[in-house]
Amino acid sequence: PPPRAGRPEGGREGRGPVLRWPFAAGQIYWAKDIIFLANEHDLIGMEAWLEAYHDVNVTGTQSSGTFGRAGAIQAALSLELSSDVITSFDVAVEGLNGQLPNLDLVNLFYSFCQKNGVLCTIQGKLQRSDWDSLPAYLHSLQTLLLMVLKQGSGHPQGDHGLFLRYHIEAITIRGINSFRQYKFDMGVMGVTLEGIFRKLNNLLERLHQSYFFYLLPSLSRFVSIGLYMPAFGFLILVLVLKALELWMKLSSFDREGSPLCDGDQVLNPATMEEPRPSLLTLVPPLLVCHATGLALYFVPVWGQRVATEHFPVSESEAVVLTSIAIYVAGLALPHNTHRALMGSGSDRGWRMLKLLALLYLAMQLSCVALINFSLGFLLTVTMVPVAAIVQPTGPRYLYAGLLLLVTPAVTLLFCIFLYQELMEYPISLLEGWQRFLQAIAEGLLDHYLYGSIVFPFVAIFVYPCWLLLWNVLFWK
Amino acid sequence: MWPPPSSSAPAGTRTCSAGAGFWRTRSWGQPYLQAPAGAELWVWFQDTVSDVDKAWNDLSNILSGIFCASLNFIDSTNTIIPTASFKPLGLVNVTDHRFLRYAILPREVVCTENLTPWKKLLPCSSKAGLAVLLKAERLFHSSYHSQAVHIRPICRDKSCLSLSWELRQILTVVFDSFASAQGKKDWSFLKIFSRTLTEACPLASQSKVYVDISSKTEEQELLDVSPAPLSVYEASVQGDRRTYAVYDLLNPALFNTSRNLNVLLKWKRPQDNLGLAVPVLHAQRYVSGYGLQTGEISTLVYNTHPYRAFPVLLLETVPWYLRLYIHTLTIITKGKENKPSYIHYQPAQDRKRPHLLEMLIQLPANSVTKINIQFERALLKWTEYTPDPNHGFYVSPSVLSALVPSTIAIKEEDEEIKPLFASLFPSFDGSSYFVRLYTEPLLVNLPTPDFSMPYNVICLTCTVVAVCYGSFYNLLTRTFHVEEPKRGGLAKRLANIIRKMRGVPPL
Repeated sequence: PPPRAGRPEGGREGRGPVLRWPFAAGQIYWAKDIIFLANEHDLIGMEAWLEAYHDVNVTGTQSSGTFGRAGAIQAALSLELSSDVITSFDVAVEGLNGQLPNLDLVNLFYSFCQKNGVLCTIQGKLQRSDWDSLPAYLHSLQTLLLMVLKQGSGHPQGDHGLFLRYHIEAITIRGINSFRQYKFDMGVMGVTLEGIFRKLNNLLERLHQSYFFYLLPSLSRFVSIGLYMPAFGFLILVLVLKALELWMKLSSFDREGSPLCDGDQVLNPATMEEPRPSLLTLVPPLLVCHATGLALYFVPVWGQRVATEHFPVSESEAVVLTSIAIYVAGLALPHNTHRALMGSGSDRGWRMLKLLALLYLAMQLSCVALINFSLGFLLTVTMVPVAAIVQPTGPRYLYAGLLLLVTPAVTLLFCIFLYQELMEYPISLLEGWQRFLQAIAEGLLDHYLYGSIVFPFVAIFVYPCWLLLWNVLFWK
Repeated sequence: MWPPPSSSAPAGTRTCSAGAGFWRTRSWGQPYLQAPAGAELWVWFQDTVSDVDKAWNDLSNILSGIFCASLNFIDSTNTIIPTASFKPLGLVNVTDHRFLRYAILPREVVCTENLTPWKKLLPCSSKAGLAVLLKAERLFHSSYHSQAVHIRPICRDKSCLSLSWELRQILTVVFDSFASAQGKKDWSFLKIFSRTLTEACPLASQSKVYVDISSKTEEQELLDVSPAPLSVYEASVQGDRRTYAVYDLLNPALFNTSRNLNVLLKWKRPQDNLGLAVPVLHAQRYVSGYGLQTGEISTLVYNTHPYRAFPVLLLETVPWYLRLYIHTLTIITKGKENKPSYIHYQPAQDRKRPHLLEMLIQLPANSVTKINIQFERALLKWTEYTPDPNHGFYVSPSVLSALVPSTIAIKEEDEEIKPLFASLFPSFDGSSYFVRLYTEPLLVNLPTPDFSMPYNVICLTCTVVAVCYGSFYNLLTRTFHVEEPKRGGLAKRLANIIRKMRGVPPL
């Protein structure tokens, strides 16, 4: 059997134990090569190895190349063990940009844990035995929300997250050593892992039969893409319907504005002179908003050195604070863009701008939901209702408050608090603010180190779109 | 037994081999006669053959039948005509490469059904002689297994007035006794084959067992071999001096002490680091890149010779569904571009023939040469996928042929005295030896559709067609007209009968 495919195993903290495991080395039933890998520097080390193995350079990491090769890698298990006895295994599935491994790999892990009587958890939550009770549903909801938050962050939740880009199914298994009385030793762990390895060894094809898009409320249940996508579609439909309404109103304006044209289809010179804002008037706000977005993407990193020279801040602080400053400065834009606007002052102007913004937002959100559902979902749930109702007439300050509440940065802050609440580890406001700064820094780092798309997506697309809505609100 | 080549088969020389597993050059050292992973067949036809392709097709089908191997899958999509990498073996004066055909089936693996016909070619089958050791269940309990058959014309005698056909059968097996015996490296015939040797094949003129007992360090013997060999033979094999303990089964003295021969090899002290010397020439090949659109085939060729440079012929066959971009071919040695002195490229034709790339590359001393070529993955038609498309598609191993300069002076073997070693490991001018290496086969993923999809589509389409077509057809072909109810219900009929009897007109 020449499939020279192996399974590397990233042992982050488990170098010693990994080597001691009773892997039946040299048994002829191993039809594939097994790569044991102990890496340093966390994800960076993993990424460097993966790039060297695949002989590519995605992130600009320099590495000395790798000697041992074993062909196409089929699956990977990343082990994180901090002690030689454990009380349970926790599994992490969310990878870079919210990519997930094939569900069969998760099922494989779960079935072997059950077979050997090892406790296994996901998101640190043990499955409840009573299924139909309300507390159990709430428990599953908590687990599900945790997964949505982690996936939406686009940050790999373990070394496995970087394998997924190379089409290698991978999960991270963490050994948890809690205060529980009954503990499992290395023998049980070894038997479980060897079982998983032998199952993978027997695979003739890559894992492809099961789902790649799913959400896990517990290890034994899943929500498939077929269930959650229609729900998401209905949310997007709100934007489309609202856009349709605006479109119809705009066309009715046309009819009222030029009643003479209706009959003979000949343009009357009198109607030509009426101030009819053309689509060109939408170009300045679009340009200005996107320029702000581009500034948010480029300036913090360019200005990093200047900032550290002139202010007593570290480099990461400089980047984070610059991006927040640009973000907030963008809010002042509407007061300036008006001077450049030709067709301001009419209802028609803001309706056209809002129509454009709604369609733009709908397109962005549906695109990102195909790549990273959770990110799309979090943005949709917050932005869609407010985007639909916002307008320059009516209770403007209420709208402004609502719009500010759903800006991506505030959504991030809110998500941090929600995450801590779900982890049953609530934090104070100040701590939350610190986490917020940290999260922004991590988002930037993920983008520059591993190629995560969350930061550029928010900076270049979602934020300008939100600014368009902000412009609609302050239309004069 | 074997079709007499001179009469029925028009082949000049032919080589057929099949292997399971991959020879790990870095840990096992230089293979003696390497067979590629998968099945390989190459034939030089005699220049009297008019239709080479037909003869090739017939021959591969015959061999497929003889060896129970799927050699009948050899067709134009995997057959190539190398121009420089292969030379006819033995006494042939055909040098026109149009009479050469070469094919590798990288997915074929060798198994017991191939071993049995192979053993039957031996004069005593596996009834007597060395072949009694070849017990299938032991042979395949190994890390590597390959078997090969070479046929070539040779001189019948010294005067070389008439031709003989030589059939050479080669079996290579690697047993990992270190792993299977809990860290002990000692082995014996009984342990490896669960058999011992008792006698030579009565038809044999020579029947010898050679055990390599050469030690790295000259001063002390590390190995202990029992029974004590009656003779020791020293030879230079592939640039290395080897010492062999020789057991001649035709020598009756061998069976004086015991009725059977069970060679037992023991290590005198535990060896923790038995580093086999890294071969002078070895290679590594892999696919780089990710995603399902493009990729890159990279080959690393190592020359570990401290001071001699030598050229190597590289033969690369790539199936048509990987579209090679020949302009991306780069050959880099020590950071500089290395221009091949000979290059022959034949592009693929979709569904007809594979890519063929042959290059003569000079390898500087102590260097690594990296050969890169980019490709694009083609979309296959849906019937062209294998039953297990998510396994991936194989790219056959590339072939490296080189005259490797030896680090030691090679003693010329006299063909008369030592025919085996002289023909197995021929040397050239006493300073270099010929090596043919095969790299790893590659496993490449092609964009694969979800194959449950056609089924879904068929079901859906059939349902839609059945429902729509059926009702439309009904509507179009039926004629509608208002029909008066001719007969009423049972009550009405009864009433009518009664009315008839009464003489009243029916309802």
